[in-house]
Amino acid sequence: MSHTETHPRNTAERVLNVSNLRVRFETYDDVFTAVEGVDLSLLKDKILGLVGESGCGKSVTALSILRLLKTPPARIEGAIAHKSLDLLTLPEAEMRHIRGDSISMIFQEPMSSLNPVMPVGRQIAETIILHRGVSKGAAWKQAVEMLNLVQIPSPAQRAKEYPHRMSGGMRQRVMIAMALACQPEILLADEPTTALDVTIQAQIMRLMLRLKREFKTSILLISHDLALISEMASRVVVMYAGQVVEEARGRELFLNPLHPYTKGLLSSLPVIGQKFSTGKRRLNEIPGVVPSLRDIPNGCRFHPRCSKAMSICREQAPKLIKTSNGIRVRCWLWQ
Amino acid sequence: MTENDQTKTNDSPSGRIFAKFISNRIALVGLVLISSYVIVALAAPMIYPSDPNILNLNQVLRPPSAADFLGTDELGRSVLGRIIWGSRVSLSIAFVVVGVGMVFGVPIGLASGYYGGTFDFVIQRCTDVLLAFPAFLLALALIAVLGVGFINTVTSVAIAMIPQYIRLVRACTLSVKEQVYVEAAKTVGTNSFKILYRHILPNVMVPIIVQTTLNLGIAILFAAGLGFLGVGIQPPTPEWGTMLGAGRIYIFRAPHVATFPGLAIFLAVLGFNLLGDGLRDALDPRFKG
Amino acid sequence: MLNHAIKRLFASVFVILGISLLLFVMLRSLPGDPAVVLAGEMATDEDIVLIREQLGLDQPVYIQYGRFLNRLIHFDLGRSARTQDPVIYDIKTRLPNTLLLAITATFLACLIGIPAGILSATKPHTWIDYLATSTALFGISMPVFWLGLMMVVVFSVILKWLPAGGTGGIEHLVMPSFSLAAFLIAFIARMTRASLLEVLSQDYITTARSKGLSEQCVISRHAIKNALIPIVTVIGLQFGRLLGGAVLTETVFAWPGIGRLLVDSITARDYPMVQGVILTFGLLFVLVNLIVDLSYSLIDPRITYD
Repeated sequence: MSHTETHPRNTAERVLNVSNLRVRFETYDDVFTAVEGVDLSLLKDKILGLVGESGCGKSVTALSILRLLKTPPARIEGAIAHKSLDLLTLPEAEMRHIRGDSISMIFQEPMSSLNPVMPVGRQIAETIILHRGVSKGAAWKQAVEMLNLVQIPSPAQRAKEYPHRMSGGMRQRVMIAMALACQPEILLADEPTTALDVTIQAQIMRLMLRLKREFKTSILLISHDLALISEMASRVVVMYAGQVVEEARGRELFLNPLHPYTKGLLSSLPVIGQKFSTGKRRLNEIPGVVPSLRDIPNGCRFHPRCSKAMSICREQAPKLIKTSNGIRVRCWLWQ
Repeated sequence: MTENDQTKTNDSPSGRIFAKFISNRIALVGLVLISSYVIVALAAPMIYPSDPNILNLNQVLRPPSAADFLGTDELGRSVLGRIIWGSRVSLSIAFVVVGVGMVFGVPIGLASGYYGGTFDFVIQRCTDVLLAFPAFLLALALIAVLGVGFINTVTSVAIAMIPQYIRLVRACTLSVKEQVYVEAAKTVGTNSFKILYRHILPNVMVPIIVQTTLNLGIAILFAAGLGFLGVGIQPPTPEWGTMLGAGRIYIFRAPHVATFPGLAIFLAVLGFNLLGDGLRDALDPRFKG
Repeated sequence: MLNHAIKRLFASVFVILGISLLLFVMLRSLPGDPAVVLAGEMATDEDIVLIREQLGLDQPVYIQYGRFLNRLIHFDLGRSARTQDPVIYDIKTRLPNTLLLAITATFLACLIGIPAGILSATKPHTWIDYLATSTALFGISMPVFWLGLMMVVVFSVILKWLPAGGTGGIEHLVMPSFSLAAFLIAFIARMTRASLLEVLSQDYITTARSKGLSEQCVISRHAIKNALIPIVTVIGLQFGRLLGGAVLTETVFAWPGIGRLLVDSITARDYPMVQGVILTFGLLFVLVNLIVDLSYSLIDPRITYD
């Protein structure tokens, strides 16, 4: 896929704009912040990668967009703009019109994300009936068509089957079919291939790309798999401990990362044949562990693990600034 | 039709605090209830010193009054006095029955689950047959063979309870057996007995404790049921179920004779259930809402 | 599927054999001469001789058991020691009454228990939930015979709305079936609540919501069917308790079923009758379990047994 952009960034249409998103969870003895001041925008027809380790807040961000978090215990603040609407203040009835229709989501575990006692065809047709108002028969036909589109063999047969009869890869295809059935503008893909075999991963990603081109869907691709993101996304946002720490065009991020965390992530990617080519035997790792959300370090959240930490990093939290190249980074090294 | 925003649940933090508070309180109520019963049972001679079995045919079926707080029964005896002394009967039945049930059921269940093989197979088929019966009917059938009275009641109810323990303990043992730490212990060469004692039993304890608490209530219910039918504890021993059964024919004239013993049974069983539920909530981390 | 059905059938037969063996042993272990015991107090000397021959008491034990089984297969349960009529006769006449009671109670329990559980689960930690949960707790703690008597006190003695016992029209069925159903209602309500709460925390429920379905739809179309699967299990298993309770309920309400027959026979030492009724109960219970087991595959498509 070509990374060259034919439109300068600021004239490309923004289909989703998340501003200052803050998500807190209140338990009966504690309050902790899972997402702190996250800004991101999704451009039309583009894939935005959202990268970070487990617990950095990427899934919570996606769930907040569709308001799928239980509130309480979650409390969401900020604004999410889509089609001149603020999704966070929309009445629930209208939000339901958006879900599955203009914005869809696919999840990580295809095994548990499909209803085990309902045939897959019906699960797909359900969305179509809900948002398009067609008859059951017509919806079923469209569902079969979608199954065909996601390259499931004998779709008419398969549509009558239950999820447990299918392999992981096939179930994920069903999820994709279900999510794209109403041709949404935006697809939120939360770790869509993490639970699948490596070979299947490639197939699924290729399928997603194809369908994206066909339906002109923008994708928010969430993953902890850097290699995957580098292949797929035109822009990448890196999150750490609930905050955005870097955002850049895909190629730039991977060739020239600015934030020490990003650098650490990239260098810890195992390189096949590394031992032979560079003689290095050990894998790089970022020392320390991701801080618990109840115990956020003062100053820069990454400073305890940062080899380049300065005294200001321990005292003051850096803000997210934009460099002259259009890269956003949250680090005192660049301010 | 009301608009239902699933995201706006009643699961507010205050709701959750309230819930935890309540469930703890509920278990506490259970504990208080049971403790009261135990205290009454132990202190019966002090609370009600007279013999509850003495007849007083001048005072039959008197309704509750200042002289007899709960009235008198068909033979003029104080209902309150008999309920107080009856707590001794019911509680002792409960503890003996459950004790016997555990003494036999737990080791057999452990062995059956851990060793498997033919032993397990035979035991399982036997418990299948015994469990093919509603437990109360099993107890009833045993009474038919053994006869009535205190000892036979205890025996029948205990026997009816044993298969249940075996099943429970066996199931828990099976799941614990698969855990890695048991494999580890085996690899190191620990002998089976030690494994059973040190690793498996402690982890099986939690469901056993919960079930035992509930079973204490069940034992009282069964014994009372047998008493009610006239085939359990025999008069003049003041067992609540027997009292209820005897008072049944006077239900139109003097409903208090049947009402209060039944209330005693109800509150006792309720106490054990509350306590058992509370223990389950507190001890079993997997148990949700 | 058929394989499994046959296997379960065999297992059930095995269990019934086990029960019959148990009964055989139990009755032979009664003190005294078995023939005299089984003949009953009203028997003449000739009757006793007849029975001794019939049971083959001079034969080795296994032959006795064999004869016993043979008679069972032919539905010959012997003669009542009290009335000298065939045991099967009384059982045949009274069994439908017990079944009526049990089935009505099960029906009521589902009708009230399941919606109550659903309501509780969809509005957790609200006053509705607490009301339902506490009522359920009361229900399982209440002795069924006491509940029955209390209902009689309220509805027959005080309000005089319903008859205190016997059969007849619907008004005679109301109190017995309700008091019998009480604990099952409570049980089903609790189980439904727990099951539904468990289901609602599953991933596929989030998926359903992400499609834009209303919460009502999510619950009725996606959650409930999944939640009901363990409920069906429970009903089958609790049917046994229902039968046990039937014995007590029938006694309270003078209901002419086999439960009361059992109690009367025990007090009258009518051992052939006791044996016959217990076998019937066992058979009934095994049958219900078999049906429930086989119907799993109809409810849960994941279970295929092949």
